[in-house]
Amino acid sequence: MNRRPMRFLLPAACLFLTAAAVTAMASGSAGIPLKKIFMIILDGKGTPEYGILMDIRLPRVVLGFAVGGALSLAGVMLQGMFRNPLVEPYTLGISGGGALGAALCIVFKLHYLLPMTALPASGFLGSCLVVVPLYFLNMRQNVLRMQGILLTGVMTSFISSSLVFLILAISKTDELHSIVFWIMGSLEEPSWMLILIVAAITLVCLLLSYFFAPVLNALSLGEEEAVHLGIDTERAKKQLFLMASLLTGISVSLTGIIGFVGLIVPHFVRMMTGYDHRRLFIISFLTGAGFLIFCDTLARTALSPIELPVGVITGILGGSVFIYVLTRRHISGRSGGSL
Amino acid sequence: MIEIKGLTSGYGQKTILHGVDLSVKKGQFFGIIGPNGSGKTTILRAITRLVKPVKGSIFLDGVDMKDLHFSDVAKKIAVVSQNMPLIAMTVREFVLLGRIPYYRKLQFYERDEDAAIAGKVMALTGIGHLKDSLMSEMSAGEVQLAFIARGLAQQPKVLLLDEPTSHLDITHQAGVLDLVKRLNRQEGLTVVIILHDLNLASEYCDSLALVDNGRIKKTGRPVDVLDYKTIEDVYKTVVVVRQNPLSMKPFVMIVSEEVRKKCENGS
Repeated sequence: MNRRPMRFLLPAACLFLTAAAVTAMASGSAGIPLKKIFMIILDGKGTPEYGILMDIRLPRVVLGFAVGGALSLAGVMLQGMFRNPLVEPYTLGISGGGALGAALCIVFKLHYLLPMTALPASGFLGSCLVVVPLYFLNMRQNVLRMQGILLTGVMTSFISSSLVFLILAISKTDELHSIVFWIMGSLEEPSWMLILIVAAITLVCLLLSYFFAPVLNALSLGEEEAVHLGIDTERAKKQLFLMASLLTGISVSLTGIIGFVGLIVPHFVRMMTGYDHRRLFIISFLTGAGFLIFCDTLARTALSPIELPVGVITGILGGSVFIYVLTRRHISGRSGGSL
Repeated sequence: MIEIKGLTSGYGQKTILHGVDLSVKKGQFFGIIGPNGSGKTTILRAITRLVKPVKGSIFLDGVDMKDLHFSDVAKKIAVVSQNMPLIAMTVREFVLLGRIPYYRKLQFYERDEDAAIAGKVMALTGIGHLKDSLMSEMSAGEVQLAFIARGLAQQPKVLLLDEPTSHLDITHQAGVLDLVKRLNRQEGLTVVIILHDLNLASEYCDSLALVDNGRIKKTGRPVDVLDYKTIEDVYKTVVVVRQNPLSMKPFVMIVSEEVRKKCENGS
């Protein structure tokens, strides 16, 4: 796939996101036709349709926007700083920590004490418990060792998923169900406040990421070359790592583990934007947001009234589309290795 | 321009450089030569601060380099290294990366001035016609020219080159070194270059430093450094040194084992 200019990519990505959002608002078991949506919203509160749109569907769209964007953004950052196209937000064990935190919360019934915040808070705490040791264990003489982080991260992932399995093995049936569903990921979140906090953090990180775009462009040539170009690589790596961890942590703590978005979206977008992170950041963000909203709509409607875990859809859909694009790329004779 | 004083440095526990003193003057074409593993590249990496000094200091224009910010160093020193870019990037994009040290706080995109400078240095290095080619699809000689162009886009005072001619045929060897020489003579760019080929070093450099086992064995003009005794001592190889009839610079010839044995039997 050839590189496309920004004047084509940016409107295309916006259009995709809008289309995904509108489709999400219009689909569901209540069967509200597309044309009526604006009228219902304009008429204001009172009708049951208004309640469905604003209290059930809109929160999912906003959360999908925030989490899809956050995971894609974190993926771009991590793939850029590790110079490894296989790294994704979950490689570093952050999600494993989140799952462990949530599982412990369910087993100890903390969510009965604080129904709104206990699960997200323990998920976030679990993520932090992974990130902080990961960061300090791999700090040697003020240098962050990238290979070390990657290896320790993968190992932490294994350890925490084993611990989650241990908890699953000894927990009761109803707890088992809650834990499994939390792990498989869902965009259902009753608290508007938490949704808006996540959306706000994500948007701030998107803005901040642009300060790192030239840094990541230079880093794509290698750490030594980046130093030659006047980049303080150690400081940049630390800040990027913490920002990517924050984005992943808040996503996992609110929605569980939604895989593949942070791996495939940056990859897919890079085929069209090229290496330049100034294009990569915004296009990945919009595409990732649209992709997750779209997958969530599918998860809700495909086997309605059963709701499928959205992580299953992102995996199946994202993986197949990606393999298709990759094979076409090879057939058309362009060499791989976009990073 | 660059003063290295008593530099001891290395990687982790391993010390590579032992008390190196070196002085490069403004406008010089300064060559660093020595056997593999003698510490030539480590000297360069110490100047760009990729390795930290254990003892000693490096001064740039009289300022201790450890007090300088990374981007301030990049505005004064550009490096032509052997790190090949592995990503799909056009020559123009690659050269524009050399403008990063000049980015302001809230600047995310190149200004017109940056584009103009990139255009100028690509023309100067003779790769203007390749600006939309991918780095990965260029020949080794063209990649070296692109590296030099990126270095020049940094508008440096000093250009450091690490064996820029190692994979090139003699056409491109002469092409790259003649270009660097022109920049040195016409633009007043100070050049520090690591060269494997003793004859290229002799031909192009004003001054040479011969490195052996992490120590400076000898410095001076090529004619002072490149005598056969010193070379045989450092490189453990029998050589004959003559004079290039046109440039009057020393010329080093290797004596092969077969010829050496013949000579020994004959005498």
